[in-house]
Amino acid sequence: MTFDTSFLYPVFFYAFAGLLVISAVRVVTARNPIHAALFLVLAFFCASGLWMLLKAEFLSLALILVYVGAVMVLFLFVVMMLDLDIEHLRRDFKKFLPIAFLMGVVIVLELSIVLIRSFIGTTAPVQPMLEEVGNSNTHALGMLIFVDYVYAFEVAGVILLVAIIAAVALTLRNRKDAKSQDISYQVNVVAADRMRMVKMDSDMAAKQDARGEKK
Amino acid sequence: MQLTLTLPVLCAIPLAPLLGSAIAGLLGTKLGGNRIGHGACQFVTILGVMIAFVLSCNVLVQVMDGFYFNGAVYRWMQLGELNLDIGFLIDPLTATMMCVVTFVSLMVHIYTIGYMKGEEGYNRFFSYISLFTFAMLMLVMSNNLLQLFFGWEAVGVVSYLLIGFYFERQSAVFANMKAFLVNRVGDFGFILGIGLLLASTGSMNYDAIFAQNTALAVQVLPGTSWSLLTVACICLFIGAMGKSAQFPLHVWLPDSMEGPTPISALIHAATMVTAGIFMVARMSPLFELSDTALSFIVIIGSITALFMGFLGIVQNDIKRVVAYSTLSQLGYMTVALGVSAYPVAIFHLMTHAFFKALLFLAAGSVILGMHHEQDMRKMGGLWKYMPITCLMMLLGNLALIGTPFFSGFYSKDSIIEAVAASHIAGSGFAYFAVMASVFVTALYSFRLYFYVFHGKARWGHNSHAHDHHHDHAEQGDDHAHHGLAPGQKPHESPLVVTLPLILLAIPSVIIGFYTIEPMLFGQFFGDSIFVDISKHPAMVELAEEFHGPIAMAVHAFTSPVLLLVALGVLTAAIGYLWMPKLPAKFAETFAPIKKLLDNKYYLDDLNQAVFAKGLLWIGGVLWHRGDQKVIDGFLVNGSAHLVGRFAGVIRHLQSGYLYHYAFAMIAGLAVLLAWVLYAYLPFVR
Amino acid sequence: MNITLAHYLVLGAILFATSVIGIFLNRKNVIVLLMCIELMLLSVNMNFVAFSHYLGDMAGQVFVFFILTVAAAEAAIGLAILVVLFRKVDTINAEDLDHLKG
Repeated sequence: MTFDTSFLYPVFFYAFAGLLVISAVRVVTARNPIHAALFLVLAFFCASGLWMLLKAEFLSLALILVYVGAVMVLFLFVVMMLDLDIEHLRRDFKKFLPIAFLMGVVIVLELSIVLIRSFIGTTAPVQPMLEEVGNSNTHALGMLIFVDYVYAFEVAGVILLVAIIAAVALTLRNRKDAKSQDISYQVNVVAADRMRMVKMDSDMAAKQDARGEKK
Repeated sequence: MQLTLTLPVLCAIPLAPLLGSAIAGLLGTKLGGNRIGHGACQFVTILGVMIAFVLSCNVLVQVMDGFYFNGAVYRWMQLGELNLDIGFLIDPLTATMMCVVTFVSLMVHIYTIGYMKGEEGYNRFFSYISLFTFAMLMLVMSNNLLQLFFGWEAVGVVSYLLIGFYFERQSAVFANMKAFLVNRVGDFGFILGIGLLLASTGSMNYDAIFAQNTALAVQVLPGTSWSLLTVACICLFIGAMGKSAQFPLHVWLPDSMEGPTPISALIHAATMVTAGIFMVARMSPLFELSDTALSFIVIIGSITALFMGFLGIVQNDIKRVVAYSTLSQLGYMTVALGVSAYPVAIFHLMTHAFFKALLFLAAGSVILGMHHEQDMRKMGGLWKYMPITCLMMLLGNLALIGTPFFSGFYSKDSIIEAVAASHIAGSGFAYFAVMASVFVTALYSFRLYFYVFHGKARWGHNSHAHDHHHDHAEQGDDHAHHGLAPGQKPHESPLVVTLPLILLAIPSVIIGFYTIEPMLFGQFFGDSIFVDISKHPAMVELAEEFHGPIAMAVHAFTSPVLLLVALGVLTAAIGYLWMPKLPAKFAETFAPIKKLLDNKYYLDDLNQAVFAKGLLWIGGVLWHRGDQKVIDGFLVNGSAHLVGRFAGVIRHLQSGYLYHYAFAMIAGLAVLLAWVLYAYLPFVR
Repeated sequence: MNITLAHYLVLGAILFATSVIGIFLNRKNVIVLLMCIELMLLSVNMNFVAFSHYLGDMAGQVFVFFILTVAAAEAAIGLAILVVLFRKVDTINAEDLDHLKG
């Protein structure tokens, strides 16, 4: 039995897109930052769904794994770690809403004017690369990354390394009871810091001998 | 002893006094450490002036034989095509002036040895008068307007230094500032005149300017309808008005008596004040072509001659009388210039130099003898004690009033006849003025003579109200030993003082007799003075009536001039010799006139109230409103405030808040997009 | 109705605008600021993937790959800075961070 399932595509699109927009708005307007973070997670999930519709399976799953699994979890860690006073966070919100909303609407309209006018009649063409690799998005992506853009790939790896080092270096706190050598301090020491000259009588030894003899 | 007058020799004439002045000034004063004493200073300076005098006489002799020199000594500056040189022009006019200047200067130098003896600043004085001699010589020997101006200003400066010689006296400081500032007013006109001539002829040398005199006469001052030459000549004459103390720029001369008497003789009688007369005579090719300028000169001169004479009658200071006499005689010379009798003016300049210097030095001798008493009311009957001075003063006065056979007679009567012969506008008033002034001159001259040397001795009064008078004397004066102490008698001055008097009296008496014929009616001045005989026939008519000096003197006995002279002497004798109470009663009857004369026609007050206060007011306004409010407040501080306010507004752009910056970026992006997308809008569905 | 490229692009634009509004509105919470930046990156990624699909070029997806990497690194470092800042000033109120005020 074959259905005409072509009507599903727009349905899914509008569903995912609508949810994405709503959750994006909720990220911005959420009172509690944890709620904001969770809404952002939802947004990512919706985006992932949209990308699946666009036949970019690898990226949609990578989005979930990397972005939601790592980055958003990190966000949640930090949000929960920082002891935040939630009440103070929401004053003056209403004051700037009109102008911000206006600005947003203006930008969207302007962008839409261009985009709609330019791209309204496009349809999805045939994907030559996908045909080659038997419709496997991952394979096609891999062909490009490891062959044509391998240098950029390596650089991306180095960026991640730098990020790790930076994050650790920034937040590192030394244990207060840990003992370590400060080499520069050791080298800069002068004799006066370590030695003290005391003037004493020279016949101390004789006095000591006399005391000893007395016994 | 004929000396070949080469350039070095000519240069030695002004430079010898300069060298003397430099040595005395730099080494003899505190400036150089007081290295040389009085004797060396006076020797050096007198030697310098003596050299100048001897060489000047040599020049005069050779000039009379036809020597002429006009050339540059040193190129000082070259501006494009304009050459500014130091140069000499030696012609009869110059030679006459040189001799007069150096002779009077030499006499004054010798006189000073006795007069300034024991005074502080002895060496400085000698330095100054030698410096003055240098400046005056540079002035008369110059062959271009720039050097003339240099000499002009230099004599002004030295005059300032000398008037304020006793600089610790406030009155002296006021006087020297007044002299310099009034001179400056005249110099302003002078510079304008020089500038006009330079602009229209392109040169400052006399010969270049004189060559174009007829061309200049037809030119008009650009933008107006005034003749260029008239304007230039009047401007030049304004300079002469300042220097030669013509009305109304005469106010500095009486005050200049604050300086020591020798300089009154040298500067304010014989030499500096005659610089203006000399300048006009030198510029005769220009002045002759402008009748307006000549009329102006005549009127100013006659006003000065008459009205200054009136002031001389009411003075009580012996030097002031002679000062006003100088003013009046300068008026005479100016009038002579105005009626185009330039040789007569120079002739009178020369004779006047001698007898006025004599009068001043004699007055100085009197002052010296009276222990620095200058008030005539405290003198009298001095002929017994100072016979030589008395005789010299008498000779000088006789020359001044125009007694026949004396030199003053020849020069003054020539002026009077020249004025009578002239027809230019203003000569009528000038004739009246010079005639009336003859009477006035005789009156104040012999008032001086009788008051001081004859009559009752009024100086012994110190002994009557002994302590009271002493207190008076202590209160009023600055000199330590002012006036005679009780029991002291006036004494004759030493030879070093009376010798110059005698040496000056000789030419005062005889020089007129011998030089009138060659100077006025001979070819003495030749080309150095230019007279347009067709328009201004004064000299020609004078020549026609001249039949020799003796004839002129004899003829005088029948002229009204001598009558006026005799009347003047008689009036003075009545008032001051025979009926001493009369002047006081006269003064009471004519009290308003006396008040006017006492206040010098209120000119000093006018200057003070209008010009001095006016300038101070302008200065004040410029200071408060211009400088403080506009420049300091508005421009300087205002611009700083503006920057501050501007920065205060701009500062808000940098709030430090990340979201502000982000918002600014987004807003900018939105605007940019709108601008770019403007073209797309009509096509949106 | 056909879903064309324009739909995806407009969606990306809406996400972008939302994140900009979020940056401007959230003065009190720097963490939400960072989350808005992530949203911005998401909108860009959306654009890339859409273009890659509709123009038939895989390079778009490669780019998204790298953007993902860099976004992760940036989030990590950003949060590290935030943590250190919080240790110092004990607040995450953006209005208190005005030391660069002119």
